[in-house]
Amino acid sequence: MKKVYANAAEALDGVLTDGMLIAAGGFGLCGIPELLLAAIRDSGVKDLSFASNNAGVDDFGIGILLQTKQVKKMISSYVGENAEFMRQYLSGELELEFNPQGTLAERMRAGGAGIPGFYTKTGVGTVIAEGKEHKDFNGETYILEEGIFADLAIVKAWKADDTGNLVFRKTARNFNVPAATCGKICVAEVEEIVPRGSLDPDKIHLPGIYVHRIIQGDHEKRIEQRTTRKKEDA
Amino acid sequence: MPWDRNQMAARAAEELEDGMYVNLGIGIPTLVANYVGDKDITLQSENGMLGMGPFPYEGEEDPDLINAGKQTITELSRTAYFDSATSFAMIRGGKIAAAILGAMEVDEKGDLANWMIPGKLVKGMGGAMDLVAGVGRVIVVMDHTNKHGESKVLKECTLPLTGKGVVDRIITNLGVLDVVEGGLRIVELAEGVSEDEMRAATEATIVG
Repeated sequence: MKKVYANAAEALDGVLTDGMLIAAGGFGLCGIPELLLAAIRDSGVKDLSFASNNAGVDDFGIGILLQTKQVKKMISSYVGENAEFMRQYLSGELELEFNPQGTLAERMRAGGAGIPGFYTKTGVGTVIAEGKEHKDFNGETYILEEGIFADLAIVKAWKADDTGNLVFRKTARNFNVPAATCGKICVAEVEEIVPRGSLDPDKIHLPGIYVHRIIQGDHEKRIEQRTTRKKEDA
Repeated sequence: MPWDRNQMAARAAEELEDGMYVNLGIGIPTLVANYVGDKDITLQSENGMLGMGPFPYEGEEDPDLINAGKQTITELSRTAYFDSATSFAMIRGGKIAAAILGAMEVDEKGDLANWMIPGKLVKGMGGAMDLVAGVGRVIVVMDHTNKHGESKVLKECTLPLTGKGVVDRIITNLGVLDVVEGGLRIVELAEGVSEDEMRAATEATIVG
């Protein structure tokens, strides 16, 4: 069971195919699998669909795959930070399926848990509900949403051991956990691969059963909105 | 004098009770955190955090620690982190007592529109649809009229909805309204605002 690979290109070798659905972790630019996204761009694979909360910015995150027109469809909750995305969407080059953020997270979680569909109140009475099955439970109306079963999941964690147990840091956990679980294959990039036994088994955020390939690398970890306060305000 | 942004935020903070877990939206709702005083309030950030702290000091920004508006923030001694599915499970599961959100339009049936203007740039609903469908109480904070002086408190929303029948209370620069059977009820007027002024600025049916 060898899970550790030398770099992103090797970790993705043999798993990329045109037209595949990729579930990607991250929220904004926080906790995105930046090394794997760059390797996907370099591979030249095309017509990709992404289930990802956001679409990055023009030159970082999924944005780099939009520049090269390798993305056919996005399943996202918010894409407001990306001008190239908007240009391609408005010109009809790019398909967009808006999912409410919690519905997207639960669709990934459900897919990973072998649940093909679930009912939620989110979106009832809005455009999101159009064409979806409605069902009443205890006098309240819910809509049916389907689990996401992705061909590939790409995620970013803080630390891993060589068995794929993952630990995340602060709010960089976000979509990485549900995304990881819903892929047939999950490739994780981490800041540090630590020796087996050095992670506290009680503090594993995602067990290695979900993770098939791991790489370690240097991360830019770009900040989208740098907001601060002055010391004298305290 | 109608309330300004800070007075609206201060009024919204009065809605919060000791011990509540609360989600604050972007804009005026963010300012509500400045007015909670001694109340023990835990702020949720839907990207995966309970116990959201203030902005970091310059030089202490952490790219792994942001709020739902993607701004750098800090943690508190009570902070807990979790993944997005867990975050929205607590929202959908009704564990968050209240959400305070901005709006483009609200109507007398409690319908809310705050995510999309057709024909304009569409950015997405983010977590807004989940929040209004899931939390205990939805409080909208917004200006009563738009920049053309037209009412944003309508008989029926014209923009695509974020949620249907989800709003409980509306706090505007003119005062406070509750969504009740048959329309809206005036709860409070901003100091110096008359009931006539409130009625004139409101397209929705005012009852009682």
